[in-house]
Amino acid sequence: MNFFLDALAYIVDPANLTGAKGILPRLGDHLYYSALATGIALVVALPVGLAIGHTGRGRAFVIAISGAARALPTLGLLFFIVLFTGLGLWPLVAVLAILAVPPIIAGAYAGLESVNRQTIDAARAIGMTEWQLLWKVEVPLALPLIIGGIRSAALQVIATATIAGYVGLTGLGRFLIEGLAVRNYTLAIAGAILVAVLALLVDGLLALIQLLVTPRGVSRGVTSTAPRSRARLRRARATP
Amino acid sequence: MVWLWQNLELVLGLALDHARLSVAPVLVSFIASIPLGWLANQSRVLRTILLTLGGVLFTIPSIALFVTLPVILGTRILDEINVVVALSIYAVAVMVRGSADAFASVSKDVIGSSTAVGYSRWGRFWGVELPLAGPVLLASLRVVSVTTVSLLSVGSLIGVTTLGYLFLDGYQRSFPTEVVIGIAFTVIIALIFDAVLVTIGRILMPYTRALPTSSRASVTRVAAEVTS
Repeated sequence: MNFFLDALAYIVDPANLTGAKGILPRLGDHLYYSALATGIALVVALPVGLAIGHTGRGRAFVIAISGAARALPTLGLLFFIVLFTGLGLWPLVAVLAILAVPPIIAGAYAGLESVNRQTIDAARAIGMTEWQLLWKVEVPLALPLIIGGIRSAALQVIATATIAGYVGLTGLGRFLIEGLAVRNYTLAIAGAILVAVLALLVDGLLALIQLLVTPRGVSRGVTSTAPRSRARLRRARATP
Repeated sequence: MVWLWQNLELVLGLALDHARLSVAPVLVSFIASIPLGWLANQSRVLRTILLTLGGVLFTIPSIALFVTLPVILGTRILDEINVVVALSIYAVAVMVRGSADAFASVSKDVIGSSTAVGYSRWGRFWGVELPLAGPVLLASLRVVSVTTVSLLSVGSLIGVTTLGYLFLDGYQRSFPTEVVIGIAFTVIIALIFDAVLVTIGRILMPYTRALPTSSRASVTRVAAEVTS
């Protein structure tokens, strides 16, 4: 357990917080890469996911693409791109964004598909346009699952942004890389703890947002329905 | 291509190591998830505890686990067992959720009927609940297997021999072909694993073909994807 205690001591030591190789600047960089990649993925994936969920078309295609994207090893992809473009911020952001796209799309269309068909028919019956239907009915009701997808994307991005250190950038991954390179395992474990804590914090924050933006009716419906009957609802929807 | 033929032995050796190291996490997660998923459906409290625990474990970045596990397990830092344990933890974390959903998807009416025709609790689990939960379990297991194969390449960063070695070596020598071959073989292994799982599913669950599976399978697949 010595390594752990030493690593914790390293993290709380004020001398290691600032400076070129300090925790704070690297934490800032880590967050910057992650936010940039997740933001770009959102811009690309959210419209696609919403379109598929709303129209019900193209689902099989997107499932196939997401499955394939999952199999692609991120590290290999990053090295491959860097060998052609040279070192820089954008190869990393591109690779991280590719990682974030499938869960966001899946969350968005699964969310829209989970909306009760009768509710949608009712919205059409009272004269809503498709656009109003999407923004006033489907998206609010689907928000928990949509944000669930974003949560899982953000987590994967933060965890994977550790590889930034291998392509000339910084971020919290540098502690791991420098530590492993000189067999300073205290430093490596300090880096590992920092990344894990950051991931947990961001996940907690997004979980909180998920709770706050969920319409009261939806959250009540979710909590008052037992898991078994919820699963039955899901299956009832699945059978045409 | 020339490079591939010249180094075929190296590449195939790494691919075999890669496949060998991927098998254990997938198997472990499947075996562990069945009792855990069943437990998660026995009470609200258990469900919340198990799913939260799985969620927390899944947030820990893989490389962070690779590095910290030796301290916890008392193994050497470059030992490949660290990577296997780390990936097993991930796989279980994902599978618990999938398995909980799988057992929840078994209709309560069916469970009631099987009790009525005289199934014991134990017999009902093996004869009714597990077979009916099978398709959803398989959907999650497929996601787990693909993710495991892909994540394993990160192990090369801490010195475990996997196909990730080709990424590092190709990158250091500025030789894209080697990186591409590493990626290609990783994807091929993932596809083979997936095909094996699908085949096993077809053999063990011939009834899934008789059901209108297309829409149902995709919904469960989506559920598996969102939660992983």
